Amino acid sequence: MSTTERATGRAIGMPLDRIDGPQKVKGTAPYAYEHHVEHPLYLFAVRSSIARGRIVSMDVSRAQDVPGVVIVVTHENAPRMADTRDQELATLQSDRVDYRGQYVGAVIAETYEVARHAASLVEISYEEETHAAVLDPASDGLYAPEVVNAGFPTDTEEGDFDRSFSSAAVRLDETYTTPTEHNNPMEPHTTVAIWEGGNLTLYESTQGVHPVGRTVARVFGLDRDRVRVVAPYVGGGFGSKGLPHANTMLAVLAAQMVEGRPIKFALTRQQMFAGVGYRTPTVQRMRLAADEEGHLTAVGHDVIEQTARFKEFAEQTAVVSRMMYDTQSRRTTHRLAALDVPVPSWMRAPGEAPGMFALESAMDELAEACNLDPIEFRVRNEPEIDPESGLPYSSRNLVACLREGARRFGWEDRDPAPRTRQEGRWLVGTGVASATYPVFRMPGSRATIRYEGDGRYAVEIGAADIGTGTWTALTQISADALEIGVEDVDLRIGDTRLPYASVEGGSSGITVWGAAIFEAARVFRERHGEDPSEGDEVQARTPNNPETENYAMHAFGAYFVETRVDADTGEVRVPRMTGVFAVGNVINPGTARSQFIGGMAMGLSMALHEESLVDGRFGHVVNQDLAEYHIPTNADVGEIDVSWIDEDDPYVNPMGSKGIGEIGIVGSAAAIANAVYHATGIRVRDLPITPDKILP
Amino acid sequence: MRPYSYVRADDVEGAIATLSGAPDAAFLAGGTNLVDLMKLGVETPEVLVDVRRLTSERVEDLEDGGLRIGAAVPNSVLAADRKVRTGYPVLSQALLAGASGQLRNVATTGGNLLQRTRCVYFYDTTTPCNKREPGSGCSAIEGHNKNHAILGGSEHCVATHPSDMAVAMAALDAFVNVRGPEGGRRIPIEDLHRLPGDEPRHDTVLEHGELITSVDLPPPGFLSNSKYRKVRERASYAFALVSVAAALDVQDGVVRDVRIALGGVAHKPWRATKAEEALRGEPAGEENFRAAADIELESAEPLQDNAFKVPLARNVITRTLLELSEGR
Repeated sequence: MSTTERATGRAIGMPLDRIDGPQKVKGTAPYAYEHHVEHPLYLFAVRSSIARGRIVSMDVSRAQDVPGVVIVVTHENAPRMADTRDQELATLQSDRVDYRGQYVGAVIAETYEVARHAASLVEISYEEETHAAVLDPASDGLYAPEVVNAGFPTDTEEGDFDRSFSSAAVRLDETYTTPTEHNNPMEPHTTVAIWEGGNLTLYESTQGVHPVGRTVARVFGLDRDRVRVVAPYVGGGFGSKGLPHANTMLAVLAAQMVEGRPIKFALTRQQMFAGVGYRTPTVQRMRLAADEEGHLTAVGHDVIEQTARFKEFAEQTAVVSRMMYDTQSRRTTHRLAALDVPVPSWMRAPGEAPGMFALESAMDELAEACNLDPIEFRVRNEPEIDPESGLPYSSRNLVACLREGARRFGWEDRDPAPRTRQEGRWLVGTGVASATYPVFRMPGSRATIRYEGDGRYAVEIGAADIGTGTWTALTQISADALEIGVEDVDLRIGDTRLPYASVEGGSSGITVWGAAIFEAARVFRERHGEDPSEGDEVQARTPNNPETENYAMHAFGAYFVETRVDADTGEVRVPRMTGVFAVGNVINPGTARSQFIGGMAMGLSMALHEESLVDGRFGHVVNQDLAEYHIPTNADVGEIDVSWIDEDDPYVNPMGSKGIGEIGIVGSAAAIANAVYHATGIRVRDLPITPDKILP
Repeated sequence: MRPYSYVRADDVEGAIATLSGAPDAAFLAGGTNLVDLMKLGVETPEVLVDVRRLTSERVEDLEDGGLRIGAAVPNSVLAADRKVRTGYPVLSQALLAGASGQLRNVATTGGNLLQRTRCVYFYDTTTPCNKREPGSGCSAIEGHNKNHAILGGSEHCVATHPSDMAVAMAALDAFVNVRGPEGGRRIPIEDLHRLPGDEPRHDTVLEHGELITSVDLPPPGFLSNSKYRKVRERASYAFALVSVAAALDVQDGVVRDVRIALGGVAHKPWRATKAEEALRGEPAGEENFRAAADIELESAEPLQDNAFKVPLARNVITRTLLELSEGR
């Protein structure tokens, strides 16, 4: 058995301050919209006010007459795209309307204000068709997709689930739901597009410059080397900027029509609620069964969720139930309703986040039914090998996280009886839940290392930093890979002129980009030694990791939460959360801590706040701003205690690290729901947990 | 946003004259609500008349022992005013329960009273709304209406008034001083905001061209034993699901006087006069407080998503009065 060559340097593991911190604090780090361009024009989108049908006519005369308007773009005058197979991207290519809020036109003008005003003057008549925009789990139109997101099988079956479930001593059969949620990064989706002399330059708010560049090149029929995408700093994405959406295509279409003049396009907050991805609502039936000793005998996880009629996205919600616990029998299924809605997409931990809300809530319920402490119940069902693949784990330290979390949080003397602790008007409770996230790898990343003299090395990779700390972490990795100090690394990321890097998604960035840098450093030293000449350069790819054939690779974690619920009002507050993670080596404790805190705060948000309200009559989200779509304020987030256990995993990658961008959200909503139950005796199975669900 | 012109008047009279001559003109003070609504195309004034510097920015003593609050007093200044904090704690607490620090620094007393509803359909020009576009229909009655009215709604509108400050002022029996083309008038705050009826377009009884110049509070008396309790889904920066402004005067265990106003339940700050009447002269205590709340809420007509507001309001009225009676 061979193990990957390991990092032994000093920079990895150091709490290096963010390299880009001072620039961001001073406001000098340019985000997409802030890149200086000469004589820009401004774009404002016209959006459909029906959910399904076709455009009969568009009257643009009033818009066109507004002083300062350059062009009003419609499906009739928009340039034709070269490739319209992806219907999400085929913007203004036909008179079809597939969802409410879809781009059906745009105004290009000399100022943003003029563009926005003129866009409101475009008059459209539609031939409207009957639409369906709300997920109905009882619908007879549900279907099984061929695969679900990330290539997982749609359904799985192990053992005789029906017999095991029906004959078990203890059984649970409950349905849990999660609502539609929208990613809402602080920086909205933004593009500055310049089409000049057959070349296209995009300053883009994206999680991956190369994937955007390749998609745009394909859609518009351009050679890849004629498309440059630049994104040095990105104000969050949470998955919504992982795949290019129609907004980028609209900006490129506009740039093509005003060749030579840059187009600036930023979505309003309201426009963030259609067309840039969201988390599908889910309806999850959980059937768990256990024997008298509290060993699981059946795990059933049946998911109903939605996709767009015009393009499929199938969230892998039940996948966590395939590997989390040991059981004699297991069944998982995914069924989709195809609706007249924008296509769902990635939102921080797609699959794991909603799936673990259901599984970990159900585990809490079954623990109580078995008369077992919820930690002990999980420990009893800890698998020795990965139940799904049959492979051993490269490392699995869930139990260590649960034990360490219990110690830090003070779980030991917990009275399991619900609704027994009251302080003034507050009902107090505590809850626990597990977390997991796979070690994903994406193919194809490459890094270039070049010696620049004076002891300095340029490290180039077209990776992204969406606020996560990539600038800093890859600098540390480069320093150790080259065995030099971090001050001698000139890292360059966020530009398609740099070598290809896969998307910052699936918590995979550091694993694959870091591995590419390690490989490039190895080859560099092999060819050029310790004393290179200025200009010496190598490029290398992320090598295959043969250990993925031998081991199942996942990160794990555990949350402990205290909730206080106002007995009069049902208001839920979370004064403290403890998160303990097993994620291999931590590259930078400072930025990692921020990632975990952010993930847990987003889990709190999922538990208590976030819900996109779709009005079925119209087909769109009606609470489409941050006054009505709630995310937590500082006052909602109490003490968050984050730590991680020492975990030595020699198999995952040369850094020994596992991705940490997403695991912080996975399961934290369940921990809160479990704590709310412990506080009140009320089991809320439908997120978010709002006062109306707790008041009698 | 529709193009508009911006003018600054020299004085109140000038501002009123400018507005009176222009049917599509609006007063601009802090702009925290109006400008948002203009961006969304909900409000489309052709002329903005800036009145920010025309009315008083001070809180002054009145001869009767009350206070006069200039219309331009920022919410943050009013909340911090020593006499408000001691004489009318309910008002200070209500102000601090609203918006955010940044918004309170800019938002004015007059403007706060004139906030428009936060009904999502009112905010969305692609959906019908009788308040925004009379006769187009109410999308909320059959739509998402968790935040909507349980009291005083009509078949035309079930919107709620979003202000916290106004709820406290309703409990305090404040008077709103107004100047207009026809001269001045003094409106009991109870009469400023109206129920939607068949004219939900109008939030208040103010005529076009009338400008709020100040708000008068009566002498504090027992109002210094007052409290604001706001229930919302997150701990800060959210509009009330239900709020209660209350003042209580208990002597020898008997309720001598009481004021209760509710927010988040109606098209206007809802003065709970039935509950007040039921309590005057009765022993103070949880049972009576709860019974009085029930009397007030008897006429509640919840919608599909907001039936929880009835027990919520009952619980919060009861708890707030109980805390006031116990000196908490």
